[in-house]
Amino acid sequence: MRRNWDAIWMVARREFIDQFRDWRIVAPMVLLMALFPFVADDTTQDSIQFMGRFGGELILERLVPFVILVIGFFPLSFTLVVALESFVGEKERGTIEPILSSPLDDHQIYLGKLLVGITTPLVFSFFSITIYLILITRRDVAFPSPYLLALVLLLTFAHAVLMVSSAIVISVQATTVRAANLLASFVVVPVAFLLQGETALIFWGNESVLWYAIVGVTLLSALIVRLGVSHFRREYLLGREIDTFNLKQMGRVFIGRFVGNAESIRDWYAFELPETLKQLKKPLALVTLLGVAAIVASYLWVVVNVPAFLDISPEITDRIKTLVNENLTDFEDLSTQMPVPVLFYHNARAVVIMLLLGIVSFGTLGVTLFLVNMGLVGGVLGGASLLGVSPWLLFAAGILPHGIFELSAVFLSVSATLKAGALLVTPQQDKSLGELLLVALADWFRVFIGVALPLLAVAAVVEVFVTPQLLKMVVPYF
Amino acid sequence: MIETNDLSKQFNNNFWAVQGVTLNVQPGQILALLGQNGAGKTTTVRMLTALLAPTRGSARVAGFDVTKNPKEIRMNVGVLTEQHGLYLRMSGDEYLDYFGKIYGLDAQARAVRSKYLLDYFGLGEAARRRSGEYSKGMKQKLALARSLMHNPSVLLLDEPTSAMDPESSRLVRDEIARLRSSQRTIIICTHNLAEAEALADHIAIIYRGKILLNGALDELKQRVLGPVEYEARFADAFDTSGLSLPAGAEVASRSETSLKFRIEAPQVVNPGLVRALASMNAPLISFHEVPRKLEQVYLKTMAEAQGLAYAA
Repeated sequence: MRRNWDAIWMVARREFIDQFRDWRIVAPMVLLMALFPFVADDTTQDSIQFMGRFGGELILERLVPFVILVIGFFPLSFTLVVALESFVGEKERGTIEPILSSPLDDHQIYLGKLLVGITTPLVFSFFSITIYLILITRRDVAFPSPYLLALVLLLTFAHAVLMVSSAIVISVQATTVRAANLLASFVVVPVAFLLQGETALIFWGNESVLWYAIVGVTLLSALIVRLGVSHFRREYLLGREIDTFNLKQMGRVFIGRFVGNAESIRDWYAFELPETLKQLKKPLALVTLLGVAAIVASYLWVVVNVPAFLDISPEITDRIKTLVNENLTDFEDLSTQMPVPVLFYHNARAVVIMLLLGIVSFGTLGVTLFLVNMGLVGGVLGGASLLGVSPWLLFAAGILPHGIFELSAVFLSVSATLKAGALLVTPQQDKSLGELLLVALADWFRVFIGVALPLLAVAAVVEVFVTPQLLKMVVPYF
Repeated sequence: MIETNDLSKQFNNNFWAVQGVTLNVQPGQILALLGQNGAGKTTTVRMLTALLAPTRGSARVAGFDVTKNPKEIRMNVGVLTEQHGLYLRMSGDEYLDYFGKIYGLDAQARAVRSKYLLDYFGLGEAARRRSGEYSKGMKQKLALARSLMHNPSVLLLDEPTSAMDPESSRLVRDEIARLRSSQRTIIICTHNLAEAEALADHIAIIYRGKILLNGALDELKQRVLGPVEYEARFADAFDTSGLSLPAGAEVASRSETSLKFRIEAPQVVNPGLVRALASMNAPLISFHEVPRKLEQVYLKTMAEAQGLAYAA
C-alpha cells in the first residue's frame, strides 16, 4: 500500500515540479486566480447597493455562497488544460514512452496524473475563494454559515474531481492535444449547467438538498475514475498515432454484435436474443428492486406528507370522485385523443431518452429517470388512497393491464442501460473504449428492438382500448 | 537473453506491423535491427518491452515472457526510445534521480549511479542545468544514461547515436561495446550502417514487418553478395591472359593493373593463386580481400525485396 502510494506520488510530484517551473502555466493561473476575487468582490458591493435599494436582503444572504461557487469553478475551468494534456501532451512531446517502459503499474501512472490534475485546480480554486472571503469581511453582507461554506467547498471539490477525471479520460483517448482541447467543452459546458442547477438550489434556500448534488457528482466522478483506470492501457497510448473516423468499421462492429451468429430472424430470436436476456438477470433484479422501492417510497411519502399540506375532507373527496367519473366517459374517445401510434412513439422515446442519459452517466441518470417515473406511479396510487380509492383496485384496473407489457419493456430496457453502463467501467483488455461503447449499444438495441418495441406496441393497444374499459367497469366501486 | 518466435503484431486497422519475427540474441551479443522507417523496428522493440501485446507468437526477454511478466521485463530492460523523451524542465541529475527512484534504487545508489553516468558521458558539469538547455547530443547522452540507470541486463536502443557529434558517438559506441563485454544482451535499431557493422555480432533486416535476413555479418555477406573477392594489384600494366587459375577461383573482373578473383575457399585457393602469379613474374604490389560493407548487403537485400535492380 505504502509502496503503491509512493509510486503514485512520484509521478504526481514530478508533474507538480514541471508545472510550477513553467511560467507560461503559472503566470496566467496566478493572475486569474488573484484577479477574479477582486472582480467578484466589486460585483458583490454593487449587488449590495442595488438590492439594498429594492429590499432584496433575502437574495443577498444567498449571494456570497453563489459567488463562492462561481469563483471555485472559474480556476477549475482554465486549469483543466493541465489534466487535458496530461497523457496526450506527453505523448506528443515523446516523454511518455520512457515512463511507460518503466516498472510503474498502469494505475500508478494514471492515479499520479489524476492527483496532479485535481490538486492544481483545487489549490487555485480554494486560494481564490480564500481571497474573496477575506475581501467580503469588509462588506455589509452576511458571511455564509460554516455549514453552508463547507457544503459549497465540498461541491467545488466534487466539481474538480468530476471535471479532471473526465479530462483525463479524454487525454488518454485523444491522439492530439488539439483534439483533447476541443473535447474540453464536453466537460466544461455540462458542469456549467450543473452549476446553474446548484445555484438555483442555493437561492432556493434549502441547503440540505445540496448534499444530493454532492453525492450525485461524487458518484459520477467515481464512475469516471473507474472508467479511466479500467481502460487505461499502455498499448492504447502507443498503438494509435492517428484517429480515423471509420464509419464502415464502426458499422461492422455494431452489426456484428447485434446480429451475432444468427442466419435468420428466427435464429436470432431462438439463440442470440435469449443469450443477451440471460445476461440481464442481475441488472433486472436490481432494477426491479429499485423500481418497487421507488413506488413504495413515493406512495408512503404522499400518504404521510400530503395530508399536512392539503385539506382532504370528505366533501372534497366526493367532489374529486365525481369529477373523475364524469371525465372517465371521455375514455371512450381515447383512441382519437391519443392514437395508438402516438402513445407507442411517446413510450419508445422515453425508453430511448433513458438510454441516452444512461450512456453518458454509466447507467445512473437512465436509472434515475426510471425511478422518477416509478415514483410518479407510487404518487398516483398514494393520491388515490388519500381520496379513499383502493390503490390496489386502481393498480389492477388502470395500470396492470397495459403495465404488464409496458413496465416489462421499461424494466428490461433500463436493465440493458445499466448493463451497458457497467460494461463501460469494466476492464476489457481486448477492446478499446469506442468498440466497447458500440458493443454496449448493440446489446441494448437487441433488447430494445427484439423485446421492448413489440411489448410497447402491445401496451399501447391495451392502454387505448382495454384499460379505459376496465377503469369504467371498476369506477362504481371506487 | 532475447528469444522471439513468430512474433507478430496486428493493429486495429488490420495492418500487420510485424509478422513472424524470430530472433535469438544471447548475453554478450549485439543484434542490429535494420530497416526503413515504418518497417516494424519500433513495434518489435515495443513488444520486447511489453508495451505492445503480440497478436501472435511469443517472446522471452531476460528470462521473462512478455505477455505474462511485463513488470519483470520492464525492471530488467533498459530502453532508449526513438525520441529522447526528456523532461526539459528537469536538470540532468534530477532526471536520472527520478528514473532511479522509479526503478527502486535507494538514495545512495541513485546518487552514485547518476554521478557515474553523468561523468562518463561528459555531462558532469551540466548536471545541474535543465536538460532543455542541452544540445541535441547531450540530450541523447542523458537519455542513454537513463536507460542504463538501473543497470539492466537487456538493452534496447533505438538510434543510440543519432544527433551526436563524432566524439560523442564514439563514446557511446565504446560504452555499448563495454556493455556487451559485461554479458548484456543488446538490440540496436539504427539507420547508421557503419555503426551497426562496427558493433553488431548479428544483423537482422526487417522490411514491411518481416525479417528478410538474419545472421552473423560475414555469413550474410557471403549469402547476399556471394563468395569473397580478392584483388591483385600490379605495379605496371600486366597481361594476365596466360594465368592458369587453380580450382575454386574465378576471375570477377580485370584491368591492366589489377585482377579481381571470386574465391570460395580462400584458405585453400589463395596460396596456389599467389604462387601462380609469382611464377608469371607478375609485378605484384598487393594481394588483398576486397572490403565488402554491410551497406552493400542492406541495399541489395532491400532492392531485391522491392523488385528493383541493385547497382553495386
